[in-house]
Amino acid sequence: MTKLTRRSFSALTLAAGAAAAFPARAADPLKVGFIYVGPVGDFGWSYQHDQGRLAIEQELGDRVKTSFVESVPEGADADRVITQLARSGHKLIFTTSFGYMEPTNKVAKNFPDVMFEHATGYMRADNVATYAARFYEGRYVAGILAGRLSKTNKIGYIGSIPIPEVIRGINAFTHSARKINPAIEVTPIWVNEWYNPGKEADAAKALIDQGADIILQHTDSPAPVQTAEERGVLCVGQASNMERFGPTAHMTAIVDHWAPYYVERTKAVLDGTWTSGDVWGGFNSGMVEMSPYNKNLPEAVVAEAKAAEQAIHDGKLHPFSGPIKNQAGEVAIADGATAPDGELLGMNWYVEGVNGKVPG
Amino acid sequence: MIALERRPNSSRLWLYATPVLAVFLTVLSGAVLFSLLGFNAIEALTAYFISPLRDSYGLGELTIKATPLAIIAIGLAIGFRANVWNIGAEGQLTLGAITGGGLALLFYGAEGPWLPPLMLIGGMVGGAAWAAIPAFLRTRFNANEILVSLMLTYVAGLLLSYLVTGPWKDPMGFGFPRTRMFGDEALLPTLFAGSRMHIGFPIALVTVAAAWFLIARSFIGFQIKVVGLTPPAAGYAGFSNAWIIWATLLTSGALAGLAGAIEVAGPIGQLTPSISPGYGFTAIIVAFLGRLHPLGILFAALLMALSYIGGESAQIELGLPLAVTGVFQGMLLFFLLASDVLVHYRIKLRPAREGV
Repeated sequence: MTKLTRRSFSALTLAAGAAAAFPARAADPLKVGFIYVGPVGDFGWSYQHDQGRLAIEQELGDRVKTSFVESVPEGADADRVITQLARSGHKLIFTTSFGYMEPTNKVAKNFPDVMFEHATGYMRADNVATYAARFYEGRYVAGILAGRLSKTNKIGYIGSIPIPEVIRGINAFTHSARKINPAIEVTPIWVNEWYNPGKEADAAKALIDQGADIILQHTDSPAPVQTAEERGVLCVGQASNMERFGPTAHMTAIVDHWAPYYVERTKAVLDGTWTSGDVWGGFNSGMVEMSPYNKNLPEAVVAEAKAAEQAIHDGKLHPFSGPIKNQAGEVAIADGATAPDGELLGMNWYVEGVNGKVPG
Repeated sequence: MIALERRPNSSRLWLYATPVLAVFLTVLSGAVLFSLLGFNAIEALTAYFISPLRDSYGLGELTIKATPLAIIAIGLAIGFRANVWNIGAEGQLTLGAITGGGLALLFYGAEGPWLPPLMLIGGMVGGAAWAAIPAFLRTRFNANEILVSLMLTYVAGLLLSYLVTGPWKDPMGFGFPRTRMFGDEALLPTLFAGSRMHIGFPIALVTVAAAWFLIARSFIGFQIKVVGLTPPAAGYAGFSNAWIIWATLLTSGALAGLAGAIEVAGPIGQLTPSISPGYGFTAIIVAFLGRLHPLGILFAALLMALSYIGGESAQIELGLPLAVTGVFQGMLLFFLLASDVLVHYRIKLRPAREGV
């Protein structure tokens, strides 16, 4: 029989406590940490995650304490910052960019009693859950606006990093726009960063110079919206309602709404019911929303967009229901079929109507 | 009235005292800044400068962050002393990461203890090859090495991006742009349990010692100095300008490449589209902060690393904005450059002249 030394006893209680002790220690607020890839003031992706953090504070008050580190580069630095959060007593840590995937999982191995939530990745563990939103549903709705409103039939699309999430967005948008207007062509420019207002604005200018009269972006700053406003073309905001940066150009934005998920997951940790898992929420979960449509848009177009929103919400319409052709003109998703999630998650080909090649 | 009087010789005392003075003034103004922002200055400075150093884990992190800065800055300083301005260390770092990391992928599944040293050498070759382009263009066509090396940084970034989204993409990675994780034996060994500190820091220390020897004790170090100070004298002495350009660019490129290989074989463990958070550019600041002296550079790299890590702990512990890190680094440089005046001038108090 093993002797129960004081040391092994405390290790035992610690291990047991990790799972169940939170309600017992209700006096100590739960520390929740966030790491952002851009500045909180990007008015896009990171800003929207920070709104979720604030919602946790508002909803759960004294029971939680939150902190965040902003503009953390994806790579060796992320590893350190996540570790610092875990070491300073944060028991729930949200890592909110794809490039934090390996660092999150590496650190999670060393801190089995800390719960991690990684946005938009695919690596999970007992203490690492993943979550993402079906932004492509919003892209599909944006495609309707573009299909109806483009006069030059040329759309510019500012890509960030060529991961399936971004390619999926380009495809959902292009497919939707071409269902309405088969002459539409979409040209992506990759800036290879999530947040770089200068590069984003340059890309927008280049696309407009090539004749694009609508600009889409999968980057996080409002710079493309400002450029669109200056140059008198239309655009769709990213992650957050960017209307104030382009009151006439901004048709709508695909808004990420993390607050309900963040509050729910924090409550789960407080209640000791947190388990790892994967959530991929769309319109119907409230994770994705279209911001109010610009009042200058034709009513009929707005009505059509809203109808599509509702249909996707109700599960009557799937953005990737066939027939969908790839760039070579071959049917990639058959008539009557819809692409399963597994295929969407690894999507690395363009649909017909997108110019250029998937990088690589 | 206060006047500045030019010293006949620059002051050695102030040459070494000004960095200390600059740090002191930065801390002092930092305290004022924190108070004005409504934070407790002592708490904020503690979070900034002390918390990251409290335990072996923190010290390990400091060395991880300082290692690439020191190694790159050492190489750059050798060139800067000869008036050869390699601004593209970031690109040479990227190339070193590609060649070093490429070896890890090439020998995936067949690793051995011989692989990490090979990767580091591969990184140096890659970095040096990238720096050879500006060296060739400068010596052959007199093309400005500042522009050429800087522009090649973007080319290197795109090359990395192409490789990780294309031929080197992880086959099991669901189409995401990154290579597979390197095998365990392709990674640099860590020095202590419970810390990420790896063999890269000792390598940086060796680099510092070697650079000191090169600069202070070797003939080529002397040539570099002469070429940098008085090019005509170097010409009369028969020193080849082209040879110095080649030697300094290849050395700084090789060291930047080494840093890149260390990053991927150390803390990262794979190739991703973003390897460096701008080490190649920050190293330029580090080189000057360290007065182009190897030992000074080592201290400057540690200080710069501390300012990043401290900025993070200040964000976590006190919710201080990230911008404070930038302001801090800016103040440090400002005070250093401003106090430089003391090296070349002395302050004289003179009675004010009347009636003028």
